[in-house]
Parts: sequence; C-alpha cells; structure tokens
Amino acid sequence: MLREILRRLVATIPVMGVVAIAVFALLHVTPGDPAVIIAGDYATAEDIARIRTKLGLDQPFVTQVGIWLGRIVRGDLGASIYSGLPVTTLIKQRAEATISLTLLAMLISILVGVPIGVLAAWRRGSWLDRGVMVFAVSGFSMPTFWLGFLLVYVFAISAHWLPVQGFQSIERGLWPFLRHLILPAVTLSVVYMALIARMTRASMLGVLDEDYIRTAFAKGLAPRRVLVRHALKNASLPVVTIIGIGFALLIGGAVVTESVFALPGLGRLTVDAIVRRDYPVIQGVILLVSAVYVLLNLVVDLLYVVLDPRIKY
Amino acid sequence: MASTLPALGADLAVAPPAERLSAAGRARRFARRNPTLLFGAVVMTVIIAGGVLAPAWWTGDPLEMQPADRLQAPSAGHWFGSDNFGRDVYTRTLYGTRVSLVVGAAVALASLVIGTALGLVIGFYRRLDAVMMRVMDGLMAIPAILLALALMALMKASVRNVIIALIIPEIPRVIRLVRASVLSLRELTMVEAARALGARTPRVLVRYILPALVAPLIVQATYICASAILFEAYLSFLGAGTPPHIPSWGNIMAEGKTYVQLAFWIILFPGLFLALTVLAINLIGDGLRDLLDVR
Repeated sequence: MLREILRRLVATIPVMGVVAIAVFALLHVTPGDPAVIIAGDYATAEDIARIRTKLGLDQPFVTQVGIWLGRIVRGDLGASIYSGLPVTTLIKQRAEATISLTLLAMLISILVGVPIGVLAAWRRGSWLDRGVMVFAVSGFSMPTFWLGFLLVYVFAISAHWLPVQGFQSIERGLWPFLRHLILPAVTLSVVYMALIARMTRASMLGVLDEDYIRTAFAKGLAPRRVLVRHALKNASLPVVTIIGIGFALLIGGAVVTESVFALPGLGRLTVDAIVRRDYPVIQGVILLVSAVYVLLNLVVDLLYVVLDPRIKY
Repeated sequence: MASTLPALGADLAVAPPAERLSAAGRARRFARRNPTLLFGAVVMTVIIAGGVLAPAWWTGDPLEMQPADRLQAPSAGHWFGSDNFGRDVYTRTLYGTRVSLVVGAAVALASLVIGTALGLVIGFYRRLDAVMMRVMDGLMAIPAILLALALMALMKASVRNVIIALIIPEIPRVIRLVRASVLSLRELTMVEAARALGARTPRVLVRYILPALVAPLIVQATYICASAILFEAYLSFLGAGTPPHIPSWGNIMAEGKTYVQLAFWIILFPGLFLALTVLAINLIGDGLRDLLDVR
C-alpha cells in the first residue's frame, strides 16, 4: 500500500508539470506583449522594461520555463509586482479564510447531500424523491453569488440574525468564527450538495435492486441499517469520485463567494491580482489550487481500496 | 397459446398505431413524455424572444441615466426598479440577455468544433494519444473559472475575449469525451469492414465515427452553453469579464453589489433571469440526454 501511494504520488508529477508549464505559457500565447499588458494603460517605457526584466521575459522561452520550474521545485513562487511581497507569503496570509470556507462548505454538502440522495433513492418516485431531484437540478444551475445575496438579504439585512459580511479568525473564538462563516459556507455548498445528492441517488438506485438488499430487508434488518451498511457502502464509489471531481466547482464558487461576503481569502487575492494584472500572484494561486485538486483526487483513488475490498493495488 | 391471442388483439385495438395520430396529437404525446425538455424549451423561447426583441417589450434606452430617478423601487414606471445612475433595471436586464446568449452559443459551438476535431485525431493516432492525454489531465486540473480569470487578466476586456477565455478550459473536456467514444467506436465491426474495403482514416472518421458522436455532443453542447453563461456572469461580476459599459447580467449585479441594503432589486432581477436561463438550458440537456439515450 505504501509503495502504491508513493507510485501514485510520483505519477502526479507530470500532471503538475503540465499545469506549471501551461500557467506559465499563458503569458506567451495570449496576443500582445505580456510586459505591456501587465504594466497597464498608463505605463512608461521604463515600467515596461522593468517588468520585462523582473519576469525574465527578455530571456528565451525555454530558459524562462527552466528557471520557472526550478523555482517552483524550491518552493519559490516569485514576488508580487504590486506589493513586492513573496507570493508564498501572500498565500499564507489568505489561506485561513479559504480553507475554513471550503472545508465547512464541503462538510455541509456531504452531510446533507448524501442523506437526501439516499432517501430519494429509497422512496423512488415519491414526492420526496421529486423534491430532491428538483433541488438537485435547480441547485446545480444556481448562480453562487446571487444565492449569496439572497441569503444575505433574508438572514442578515432583513432578520439581522447573522453578519452581512466579513471574517473572524478562529483564534477569536469559535462562535464569532462560525457566525461569519455560516452564510458563505451554505451559499457555496448548494451547487456541490446538488451534485452529490444527484450522484448518490443515481448510484443508490443501481444498488437497491440487488438481491442482497432484498435479502437484508427480508431478514428483518432495520431500513436504516440496510440503507447505510448494505446499500450506501456499495454505492459509495461514484459518490466519492464526484466529491473529488466537484472540488473544482467548489473552488470556482469560493472565488465569487469570497467576493460577495468580503472574506479575505485566496479568491479575493486572485481577483485583486487580476484587476492589478499582478500575474505572479495569479500563477501562484492557480498552481496551488491545482495541486490541491490533484492530491484530493489521489486520495479519492486510494479511498477506493478502503471502500471496495475487491479493488487491490 | 391461443387464449392469449385475443387479449393481445384487444390491447392493440385500444392503442391506435402511432402513424394514425395527428401532428398535434403526436406533439402532445411528445410533450407528455418529455416534460423537462418542454419546460426548458418554453423558458428558453421566452428568454430568447426577450433578448432578441428587447426594444419591442416596452423597454427604454439601457444606457440612459436619469439622476433624479436613482435607486427607485420597482413601480409602474420602472418595473424592476432603477439603479444608482437612474437607469431602468428592466431594460438593462432584457438587453443583458443578448450578451449571455451570444457567449453561451459561441462558447458551446466553438469548443465543440475545436474539441471534436482534436479529439478525433488524438483518438485515432495512438502515438499522439498517451502524451496528449497527460497534457489534457494537466489542463483539466486547473479549475475552469481560475483559468478563465487568468486569461482575462492577460487580455483586454471585451465580449470576444470572454468567449475565448471560456472556450479554452472547455476544449480538453470535449477532447476527452470524443476520444473516449472514438476508442470504443473504432473497434466496431463496421469500422473494421470499412478499413478492409480500403477506406482511409479521414473517411472512416467522417463517415463512420462522427455520426455516432452527434448525439452525445449535442447533449454536451447544452451543458457547455449553460456553464458558459454562468461563468460569463461570474467573470463580469468579479470585474474581469464583459466591459462595464455593456449591460450584461454580471455587470448589472456587480454595480448593484454596493447597494444591496438600499436597492436589492438591482441584483434580484438579473440574477433571477440568469438562474432561470441556466436552469432551462440544463433541463434541455437532461431532456435531450434521455431522448437521445446518451449513456
């Protein structure tokens, strides 16, 4: 098993290499001189020259890629053009809000999405099932930021139950932290929850027709036990897979959710960097997020072994 | 045996053969069997008519500012209220439909054409396959919205560039779909037979493989269209999409962001249109998938 994990980790290196080169190459495949675009509309010739040297754009392309990859391997993502701070420092400053938001949203989506998917499949064709399906389709189509504003309007502006926006570090206490995070996390979770509920239902429908489920019911086991121990366990592979793949959606949603709720996270860092055309910061965030995505899907792959003993590596 | 025959005959007598139904009857039966497709199509027809014929629906000038009328709540004069410059939100929302529809349709069409062409080639030439699929895995590891944002940071804000920025993350996904189908289709007997009769690869691809791909690709196109419309709004909302002077749903909502507490309608109505449009297109996709029996 340990050898398999190592082998898989090594196998992610080419994928991450492609990500790194692609993110870097974007600077060159987009039309126009990148130094001129990054410098902005009011830049002087000196500004442009300075940026060109700073980003190493005066070197041949292959040399640039080599230098860039070498720096990444050493954990150096360069420095922001705007503030001059190292990109890794900026990311560390902003990581808490994003990690809290995405983890909480993930937790809510799984804790709600899986049970409603199971119930919908169990009561197939009932009103409950239809309700879950309507939620799954409409939740998936919901513009995240619009939903965020709706929730803010109802729970913060009209009812005054929760703060409109902002973030409190967990160091200031659990309750202030959760109070500020609950609306953004619910907002962000809806799309992901819809996806998980739909996949759980579909996967459960396939399993519930099996003989061993009928046997389990026939021998008088409690429905809850049959659904969870017998059915869900066997239906869990596609669900776990969609949780891994759906993480990309979650991150995209986090960028807009942070903007709606003024959370000081990586999404805001990216959006600010885009307005300032601070490309090193954008590169750094994309690289980091993609790495997390690849690793998460690696964990999903390894989970298969735990969930299904027939799969052996 | 004999006793079952009359029963069968009776069944047949009750249900008239399909060809005897009138055109209207057939349409009604089609609608009854495909409710999601019908609902999606009706909503989309209304929205397309709203956008294309925007000047005909009692709208004004989407750019006209009336400072005296700023931040008015919905009323007979301003159906969806007015924004911070006194512009009519109803008019702007209807005109905003145009940007969304153009972006959705263009992204779906272009990523489909480019992705299919590349996918066919990659799927058929084994030497390319291994390398190209690693490259695609890498590209797909970058969340689409971040890739689009990065591209917008490097290009001037325009509708054309938004379309380009949204096509690029979609292409690897289409390539993957096409390649997977090609790999299974090329093992079919008819393809083998065609090859044995001397058909060259381009002919096999166009005459035998491509037709089998039409149904899954149509379904995929609807999903791409829905997500492109959503992403255009995200990009515009974040200030990295359609230029601010063009009324698009994302832009209207971005401007309304500051006035959530005072004038919630600036965000409510364009968002409602956006949610309904994306929902309708996704429902059309689901309906087509069932109808065309994809997967």
